Amino acid sequence: MSGTPNQGPGLRYPSNKKSIYDRNLNRTKNAELSRAAFAYLFIEMIAYAQRGVSNVGDLEQKLNTQGYPIGLRLLDLLLSRSSNPLASIRPTRILPLLQFIAQTLYRHLFGRPADALEKSSTEPGQYMLFDNEPMVSQYVSLPRELSSLNCAAFVAGVIEGVCDGAGFPTEGVTAHSVGEQEQGKDAKAMWPDKTVFLIKFKPEVLEREEILGRGGG
Amino acid sequence: MVVFALMIISKSGGLIYNREFHTGLSKLTSNDYLILAGSFHGMHAITSQLSPAPRIPYITPQNNMLAPSPFPNRPTGIEVMESSHFRLQCFQTQTGTKFLLVTEPQQPNVDTMMKKVYELYADYVMKNPFYTVEMPIRCEKFDRGLDGFIKVRG
Repeated sequence: MSGTPNQGPGLRYPSNKKSIYDRNLNRTKNAELSRAAFAYLFIEMIAYAQRGVSNVGDLEQKLNTQGYPIGLRLLDLLLSRSSNPLASIRPTRILPLLQFIAQTLYRHLFGRPADALEKSSTEPGQYMLFDNEPMVSQYVSLPRELSSLNCAAFVAGVIEGVCDGAGFPTEGVTAHSVGEQEQGKDAKAMWPDKTVFLIKFKPEVLEREEILGRGGG
Repeated sequence: MVVFALMIISKSGGLIYNREFHTGLSKLTSNDYLILAGSFHGMHAITSQLSPAPRIPYITPQNNMLAPSPFPNRPTGIEVMESSHFRLQCFQTQTGTKFLLVTEPQQPNVDTMMKKVYELYADYVMKNPFYTVEMPIRCEKFDRGLDGFIKVRG
């Protein structure tokens, strides 16, 4: 027999008659990837982002742009994969959305939930998501000339993508290293990469949130 | 248990990292270190030429099926140098980078230590986006990892 498949055009079925549409969407268990492989890929991503970039802000913006489409897609993927049918509805309020990011998204990406979630006391509509040791900067040592860079800008892009995809436009999600002066020397030594993601929603999101709050309350 | 120093020599013979872990040693200038690394690199090359060539593996129908190894079994050159006051262990990676650990003569388990140092190098130097291969190593996390490791051991 020759190797040419005896089939017409259209969807080709493997020998066990199961296409990818027959497989379960829930294949999250044992689907972990090599961290080293990611580290090497991330090196190339940063090298790519560094092309034609003059300052740290632009570089972070480029990393953010790389993460954004991942966030857009992950929102739908994670919702359609969730086993609980009630949980597969898109979050419509700010808190469930942030919970989704801190729990579901973080578990999917990094195998653990985010470390803390806070609301800014000074600025309305600004939320802070803390990560004590971001996986993406695990192996990164910054050179002196780029010491203000935070590679978790990539993760910030993912978060921004999720927010936008869910219909919560933001004025940008940014990643900042938590400085010594805020946390004290000991905390800095314990979590040298501690990062805070600042999520600032647009005014119309806050307006809607208020209306929804009144209607529901 | 004392580890005196660690040096890393690139495959072209340049010193890309050196670190002293023990205070109270007579100081070498950075130029001395470069000379030391260069001479060791040369000596290592000579000794690997001196040592008898390894047996060429006989190709049988069985092992013929396997892909040839990209890393031929080369002779290794100097592995250990001992004196009354120190012991210098050299480990050469498959790509030609050399790690030199200078320890006390009676230091046990230098092999495990070397393995750990190599592991730290692979993690915090090679996986660092801002490190250029063959260039001097300036990675904060590598330094910190070595500190933690040597402190725990020492």
